[in-house]
Amino acid sequence: MNIHEYQSKAVLKSYGVAVPEGLPAFTVEEAVENAKKIGTPVVVVKAQIHAGGRGKAGGVKLAKNLDEVKSYASELLGKTLVTHQTGPEGKKVGRLLIEAGSNIKKEYYLSFVIDRQTARVVMMGSEEGGIEIEKVAAEMPEKIFKEYIDPVIGLAPFQATRMAYNINIPQPAIRKATKLMTCLYNAFVGKDCSLAEINPLVVTAEDDVIALDAKLNFDDSALFRHPDIEELRDKSEEDPKERRAAEAGLNYVNLGGDVACMVNGAGLAMATVDIIKHYGGEPANFLDVGGDSSPEKIAEAFQIMLDGGQAKGIFVNIFGGINRCDAVAAGIVEAAKIISDDGKSLPVPVVVRLEGTNVEQGRKILQDSPIANVIMAPTMEGGAEEIVKRVKAAQ
Amino acid sequence: MGVLVNKDTKVIVQGITGKQATFHTKQMLAYGTKIVAGVTPGKAGQEVEGVPVFNTVKDAVEATGATASVVYVPARFAADSIMEAVDAGLDLVVCITEHIPVQDMVKVRRYMEGKKTRLIGPNCPGILTTDEAKLGIIPGNIQKKGHVGLVSRSGTLTYEAAFQLMNAGIGVTTAIGIGGDPVKGTDFIDALELFKNDPETKAVLMIGEIGGTAEEDAAKWIKENMPDKPVAAFISGRQAPPGKRMGHAGAIISGGKGTAADKIKALNGVGIEVADTVAHIGETVVDTLKKAGIYDECHTC
Repeated sequence: MNIHEYQSKAVLKSYGVAVPEGLPAFTVEEAVENAKKIGTPVVVVKAQIHAGGRGKAGGVKLAKNLDEVKSYASELLGKTLVTHQTGPEGKKVGRLLIEAGSNIKKEYYLSFVIDRQTARVVMMGSEEGGIEIEKVAAEMPEKIFKEYIDPVIGLAPFQATRMAYNINIPQPAIRKATKLMTCLYNAFVGKDCSLAEINPLVVTAEDDVIALDAKLNFDDSALFRHPDIEELRDKSEEDPKERRAAEAGLNYVNLGGDVACMVNGAGLAMATVDIIKHYGGEPANFLDVGGDSSPEKIAEAFQIMLDGGQAKGIFVNIFGGINRCDAVAAGIVEAAKIISDDGKSLPVPVVVRLEGTNVEQGRKILQDSPIANVIMAPTMEGGAEEIVKRVKAAQ
Repeated sequence: MGVLVNKDTKVIVQGITGKQATFHTKQMLAYGTKIVAGVTPGKAGQEVEGVPVFNTVKDAVEATGATASVVYVPARFAADSIMEAVDAGLDLVVCITEHIPVQDMVKVRRYMEGKKTRLIGPNCPGILTTDEAKLGIIPGNIQKKGHVGLVSRSGTLTYEAAFQLMNAGIGVTTAIGIGGDPVKGTDFIDALELFKNDPETKAVLMIGEIGGTAEEDAAKWIKENMPDKPVAAFISGRQAPPGKRMGHAGAIISGGKGTAADKIKALNGVGIEVADTVAHIGETVVDTLKKAGIYDECHTC
């Protein structure tokens, strides 16, 4: 789960991480009001969207007086920002962060992630701050330093100190930098983060060390023990179909195309998206219906795929393991009942490939209650080719 | 033969009184697996499918001499269950549970350091040694005996692959589902090493997906350590957009790393053929076996 920068900074502040003074604003009036409260000669007006690259896209403005705050806030609120992380459709700005300007001397990079290979939390730092770390990794890998952290000990003071010297933090700021690292590690572990990234971390003219930007991602599997984080979810940032699917217990990712698929298992679902593309179709989604599909859940999956006219065809690809083919078939029949007026049809071609547990019962259910537009596929390959052909023919 | 488990392995089911665990205990017993005990705190003295239940893993081990366990415990308690099994000195723990917090697994891995237990999973379908034993949820009827080792990050793709191999007349020694989480007990290289040392296994099918660099590392390892056993592969997630988690916690392209293209390139680079679509996994294995001159030997069913 992602949250906004201003929310991340509030979480980090509660762990003792130094952040600039700032307040969120949802309206132009609030922006001006909050700039007055902050009262520094320069305030920063920052668009709050769940995507990086905001600065380059014009989403971060320096205002030297309240009139400028007003004009920047009016410009940004409601604007659609297109950054390299949003996709071409961009993201609409609904919130701003009004923040005290900082007297930046130098920018650095600092982050914590979980390293798969060592099964450890790793701290990464670089003196090349303010640019994408991927770029640094590709062009100047020697400028990235790592410290692997023992979960029993936590971030050892010597590791934080070594990092601070490795990334050339000036001597008067060393203690402040190591304190920030320790607090950030505590936040990472305390809130079950999957990523905590400060880019840039800055040393100011006064030798203070502050998190000028902050990005926290959280482990979805651990949200059950962090209801305070769950409350920070901004549903307007999420794809409406993905949100609806999550509420139904379905694993769905919108991919924007028109050939939909419904699959059991994440690996097979990814592979099904791939095979649709392989035969020249544009995949509409990734959809893993999971291992315990009731007919109601399958019917809901159909409605999500069809919603807004996105799916022009659906490929159902099931290998019954825990999931039984008869339950999936019953779900398709149920979906037709809910979706169509006569209860016996679906609005787009649906090619069904069933294999595995209870496959004969599943096929029989679909034979006994014929639904217009449902086509049985003898093989996965044949099914994928068939659905792409039918969607193309309909265009 | 095969690896990790056989018909004599004595197995404990942790969380045996849960609905899924009870169902799968029945399936595992039907397959011939020697399930000797179950564990659910507070349920000692009960029986599930004729299997005695104990309060702790230690009690179960002392009473039965079990050396392996399979964990079906709910996510928020599963990490603790794995550590309990490690503490009891089991050789093998297979954790089926999905959605275990990643930082819980970081602690588990730390706890396991210096101990002898091997962990498979979590978030995996388990392991199945053909006609001998299964620990987990892999359907028993789609895998025939033979000489190909199967290792996969995905459950359903394990079934899909075993099924395609069966239809192509190719049998399997052991299928190992290593699971879709970023922090897990056994990765590709560990599984490959097991197959390398198993005389029955003549070739390996490896099924990977986006996220991380385990497939790239495995490609390098194969070139350096297993030149005599041919490997075929499949990678899912060619069309996955960066930053989007594709179901599995580990299946995410981030920081420009972990793309399917990178993995396919690394595998092809060491001479491993990668199936172009999921429908061609069986064909790709047959092709690989023929090129290595061991097709007839591996055509066992």
